[in-house]
Amino acid sequence: MAPSSGRRAPSAAELEERNTVGIRKEIVTNTVSDDYPDNYANEEHAWDKEDFRRTFKVQFHQNDQFEAQFSLIGVDASIANAFRRIMIADIPSLAIETVFVNNNTSVIQDEVLAHRLGLIPFTGGKKGLRDFMGFWRKPGPEEDAYATTFDTNTVSLKLAAKCTRNKDAPRDSRDPKVLYDNAHIYARDIVFEPLGGQAKWFSGEDTIRPVNPDILIVKMRPGQEIDIEMHMHKGYGWDHAKYSPVATASYRLMPKITILQPILGADAEKFANCFVPGVIGLERVTRQEAKTKGSGYEGHEGELKAVVKDAMRDTVSREVLRHPEFEGKVKLGRRKDHFIFSIESAGQWDSDELFMESVKTLKKKCGILRPQVTNMVQTF
Amino acid sequence: MPFIDDGFEALTKPFYNGKKLTDPISAVEDKNQLLPAFLKVKGLVKQHIDSYNYFVDHEIKEIVRANRIVKSDVDSSFWVEFLDIRVESPENVGQNGSTTNPKVTPQECRLRDATYSARILVDVAYTRERQKIIRRNVELARMPVMLRSNKCHLYGANNAKMEIMNECPLDPGGYFIVRGTEKVILIQEQLSKNRVIIEADDKNSIITASVTSSTHERKSKTYVTLKKERINLQHNVLAEPIPIVIILKALGGLTDFEIMQLVAGSDARYQDDFEINFSEAVVAEVFTQQQALEYIGARVKMGMKGRPARGGPPQPRRSVIEEGLDALANIVIAHIPVEGLDFYPKAIYVAMMTRRVLMVRHNPKLVDDRDFVGNKRFELAGQLLSLLFEDLFKNFLSSLKFNIENTLKKQHRAIPADPLLQIGAQGKHITEGLNRAIQTGNWTVQRFRMNRAGVTHVLSRLSYIAALGMMTRISSQFEKTRKVSGPRALQPSQWGMLCPSDTPEGEACGLVKNLALMTHITTDADETPIKRWAFTLEPPAEPLRNFSGAEMHKKGTYIVHMNGTPFALTRFPKKFAANFRTMRRRGWISPFVSINVNENLSAVHIATDEGRICRPYIIVKNGKPRIKESQLRMLQAEKVTFDDFLRNGVVEYLDANEENDTLIAGTEKDITKATTHLEIEPFTLLGAVAGLIPFPHHNQSPRNTYQCAMGKQAIGAIAYNQFNRIDTLLLTMVYPQRPMVISKTIELIHYDKLPAGQNATVVVMSYSGYDIEDALVLNKASLDRGFGRAQVFKKYAADLQRYPNGSRERIGDKDPALEKNKALSKDGLADVGCMVESGQVMIKKESPSDTTSSTIGMERRVEAFRETPISYKAADPAYIDKVMITQTDRETQLIKVQTRQTRRPEIGDKFSSRHGQKGVVGIIVDQEDLPFSDAGIVPDIIMNPHGFPSRMTVGKLLECLTGKASIVKGRRDYGYGDAFRSHPLEEMSAELVDAGFSWEGKDYFTSGITGEPLQAYIFNGPIYYQRLKHMVQDKMHSRSRGPRAILTRQPTEGRSRDGGLRLGEMERDCLVAYGASQLLLERLMTSSDAVTLDVCQRCGLFGSKGYCNTCRSSQEVAKMTMPYAAKLLVQELVSMNVGVRLQLEDEFPHPR
Repeated sequence: MAPSSGRRAPSAAELEERNTVGIRKEIVTNTVSDDYPDNYANEEHAWDKEDFRRTFKVQFHQNDQFEAQFSLIGVDASIANAFRRIMIADIPSLAIETVFVNNNTSVIQDEVLAHRLGLIPFTGGKKGLRDFMGFWRKPGPEEDAYATTFDTNTVSLKLAAKCTRNKDAPRDSRDPKVLYDNAHIYARDIVFEPLGGQAKWFSGEDTIRPVNPDILIVKMRPGQEIDIEMHMHKGYGWDHAKYSPVATASYRLMPKITILQPILGADAEKFANCFVPGVIGLERVTRQEAKTKGSGYEGHEGELKAVVKDAMRDTVSREVLRHPEFEGKVKLGRRKDHFIFSIESAGQWDSDELFMESVKTLKKKCGILRPQVTNMVQTF
Repeated sequence: MPFIDDGFEALTKPFYNGKKLTDPISAVEDKNQLLPAFLKVKGLVKQHIDSYNYFVDHEIKEIVRANRIVKSDVDSSFWVEFLDIRVESPENVGQNGSTTNPKVTPQECRLRDATYSARILVDVAYTRERQKIIRRNVELARMPVMLRSNKCHLYGANNAKMEIMNECPLDPGGYFIVRGTEKVILIQEQLSKNRVIIEADDKNSIITASVTSSTHERKSKTYVTLKKERINLQHNVLAEPIPIVIILKALGGLTDFEIMQLVAGSDARYQDDFEINFSEAVVAEVFTQQQALEYIGARVKMGMKGRPARGGPPQPRRSVIEEGLDALANIVIAHIPVEGLDFYPKAIYVAMMTRRVLMVRHNPKLVDDRDFVGNKRFELAGQLLSLLFEDLFKNFLSSLKFNIENTLKKQHRAIPADPLLQIGAQGKHITEGLNRAIQTGNWTVQRFRMNRAGVTHVLSRLSYIAALGMMTRISSQFEKTRKVSGPRALQPSQWGMLCPSDTPEGEACGLVKNLALMTHITTDADETPIKRWAFTLEPPAEPLRNFSGAEMHKKGTYIVHMNGTPFALTRFPKKFAANFRTMRRRGWISPFVSINVNENLSAVHIATDEGRICRPYIIVKNGKPRIKESQLRMLQAEKVTFDDFLRNGVVEYLDANEENDTLIAGTEKDITKATTHLEIEPFTLLGAVAGLIPFPHHNQSPRNTYQCAMGKQAIGAIAYNQFNRIDTLLLTMVYPQRPMVISKTIELIHYDKLPAGQNATVVVMSYSGYDIEDALVLNKASLDRGFGRAQVFKKYAADLQRYPNGSRERIGDKDPALEKNKALSKDGLADVGCMVESGQVMIKKESPSDTTSSTIGMERRVEAFRETPISYKAADPAYIDKVMITQTDRETQLIKVQTRQTRRPEIGDKFSSRHGQKGVVGIIVDQEDLPFSDAGIVPDIIMNPHGFPSRMTVGKLLECLTGKASIVKGRRDYGYGDAFRSHPLEEMSAELVDAGFSWEGKDYFTSGITGEPLQAYIFNGPIYYQRLKHMVQDKMHSRSRGPRAILTRQPTEGRSRDGGLRLGEMERDCLVAYGASQLLLERLMTSSDAVTLDVCQRCGLFGSKGYCNTCRSSQEVAKMTMPYAAKLLVQELVSMNVGVRLQLEDEFPHPR
């Protein structure tokens, strides 16, 4: 970044101030994004690749198959939000879309049963799901109902069960699960039927199956029966929540706690209790500190003082601002460009894959937008 | 007492707010355990059931005993006597009276459109050819049976039995099933009978004492009026007001001195005021009883005189004295019986009324308040049925007599007259009368000239709460249209008896009320043993008969009244009342007998009559509640019931009058030395419906009232047997939830088992502008996942008629070629699971084209049928849910088809929280656009904060906070929001902080659209939201063209007829003012009922086909366009001899 004439570089303190969302007692300050050129007069803020490369960081805090937490540091809120939105609504996944009810004598009505089935998350061979499976198109009014249904866009499932009395049940039993066979039908009872080329992609470990086999679908009593076939298709979260690959994806900003004046003794303990355990630590005032003039620790050697241990764990409950004794002693804020993402996968994707996929999708979307911007400029 | 498994067992077992058997019990804190115990014994609808039981077990026998003998005027040796009467349990009766199915369940009656009724059996003794015959168990008629009464099969049934009968164990019962519809006899409120009410008209300085006498024979009203210093007695039977002295003279020939003493006692003030009345008698020259009776007899209205008893022979004319005597003895103040011409009790009564009028004159504060709950009586199903039955039975007896006499008159009978045949034939009028009254709600009792409409209502099954609310409803006899505030206002004496919140808005406001949770309505208790008790009590009351007026009105002497009638004297009223109460607490007197001392009137009132409203309280003695820990332990262990507490003198029932003698503490800490009673639980002052509201004591009062109205419209679970029912309209929610924040009332009425709503995560903020005017913003993903999803079931029924000529309707064969028959199966009925769209046939019914001509004697002709199908009407498709084929009790085939729609909330659907905050869905937003919190919480509903300041529903904020705390901590015992005993807010907030949320419930949120933080902290948490029955799908309507009314040719009106949208007067005015004449012409004529007519310019009449029939020419006939309605008006006017001539003029005349 070459300082040009009339341009000035902001001080570190200024930058820090700009990069902090203020958490006050009743309001949140400095919320608006300023990450674009000419927002600050006489300052250079044009986007710089090198600069970005230097400042941008990703830190993983947790990376399990279905849950991930990581920090995205050094991007604007709009970018982070775009990833979040894409993960919720714009990453395709496979879900039950059509239910063919051959017979359903259970107490659950056909529509409700179909709705319940639709919401069950499924998983299967990833490669098959991503590469082999394509999108299904609804046939036109003139077309045959299955004219657009192929093995490359439709997964067929079956669920057939009949509840009967269990003859071997102990006499004194009152538990319907013991008294009757097939009294409860779970997601694991759904059977995948490979069609065409699907056997190659979805067999063995890669078979299409519910993520959580214990989801209860319907309860039945002797004489009741369900016999249904289901078609799964790929879809997007914007169409229906069942296609959303995440249970939720959200982010929060990195909390920042600044202790302005020393908080000592009983106050320190109370201060620590205002936060979730682990945020504030209690340390003894060292001799060194007690000696330092103007530090506020004079004559308090050995007493407990409050120190910020792990600001990331803070839930920003603002409890500390409620107590008059801490007034002026602490300042709360959040780092504007530090996004702590939390992604809970519904099961079809791994949670970290989801984020990468969202980046890919955003890139693709940009790729679509780019020629249009170019065209727009050319037209004028 | 048989153990009734009515669903309350779970509550009493582990002490219902999570107390276990081992937990310590504090007598004072846990006294609320009495509440479930009370409801177990009494319950919310027990008053209906008690009343019905009393009627079928006792009252009906009394009625028959009073009218048991029918004698013939033709044959003196003939008589019929009814020895006994019983009501059986409902059973199924085949065509010839054979019992096919010994037990008929209520559910079967509902489905088969049958009446849930039982046989009334009588034992009869009669003579046949001078022989006495006794027949037992003769069927007299059929009585509709109240559900869960002791005649009902549901009585005492446990859950398993209920399940077998396809009945919901939580269903309150207390209603009837007549022809398949559930009918409730609402509780009727009226002014108490046989009590003196004093009212003063300040404007004209008139003071009136009135009493409505009510006996089995007649009802009449007597007035004693003070007007211009003079006191008169008025009655319908008397043509003019009679001076009071004349009445008193007629009543037993009292001397002037005795009259003076009886009325005024020794009080000089009253004597002075009363004295003038003697001159009235002197002026009328009435000095003796004889003269008085003559005077009165002459003024008995004609028409009342010598009225023969129905069916009896005309009686000989009576003398004037006899008329007067009869009127005084039997008609005026009829509830004081005159035995053996002893008029003294009646004289005392009239004197008492007069004395009270005089007292009011000196102290206007002594007037009575009509709106005081103690002056009201509540008529229940049993009483109303007994009125009706008595009337029907008397009619039955007279027609029985008439018919038997007809046969007895015949000289040569082939068979001896047998009344048994007649009993069966005439008895069906009783059955019909009872059924018709319950079905139509028209209560007609001939002997009282009573004609009341709207006594019964169809039980609303919109939601469980709607049904329950209906069972506790009280309707008032007051005129709805009259502008009076008194009867509508909340009376202080309603405290704890009637719910202060649950009343409709609008015209019936304050007139329709609801019972509070612990109210009980008394049934009749016999007064004779209680009178006997009174005479033997220490200190005893002495019979009034033995005293003169001077002694009665001596200072310090109190007159003891039994149900408003003076019968004894006591010098020690306080002691008398105290001892009386002691006896009642010991269980020697019925607990529902009340006693209260009125010092102003020097009177002690004992009440045993039915329809008084009362409520249990804990007795406090010497500043200590009588309830003990050990007793609660016993209750917990189910060793004792509420009745034991009653018997042990721990609790007692107080009616509104007796409450005036007590000092009731609301909570333990309010108890002082003077306290006599303690509330069992303050929140019971609310009713069952208002009990749903969490933190109602923090809400503005009208909001609670609004919620009471809306809770009944909420879609939810209706009953456990909801999917077995086929109702005209049934709304159910797919995933109803128990509210996060509940109340004890909710547990007691089992709203948590049959809920109507869902816990929505609500965020209070502004969003998008589609949330103004209470509109809600809904999360689309929540809807995808099933939030607010409801099902609508509709019934389509066809009854296959039979016609007198033998032809009958039938189900026709399917014609597969037609598109509209797509849903039909081979049998002509729609298949279960099929989708039906508008116009498709569900029942292919066919009716014979010839239903009148008989085929007898002719050769069998081929019957012709025309199609009269039942087809699906609504615009949105539905699925066939059930098809039922059965037979009614009228032996016709009945087919019911139920359709089902599953509806996801859409824009315009109505939602409401439990705080009277209703709103429609304004916009449905994608999940990613909604704000999210640090924890990733996305709201289901966004509510605009402008809903709060003016509504002041603080309870909603507290519900939100409490719900949030209990969710965060996963503890259901936190979520209690009862009135006056809710969970303290500080604890909830502390829990929130502990879990990392903000103290006030306001959290940091990030905008889902920009991704930036919101500048304010947002109040959020779970709030229970109800989906109300009003849905756009049922309301939206438009039309471009469509049907027209036949008469006016204007577009039809209303959505159901695909009607047009009216451009009304005000809209028209706008167009006129604007000058949009061509638009007006188009709207009012072209698009409505334009018609082109021929008008003769010469005669001004209508012509036809260019020819004027009047002028016999076609020369001056012009064509013009006018509204058909105008043409119709002209013709109608002509038809009633108003000549109308049209004069035509060219608007743009041709230049000549």
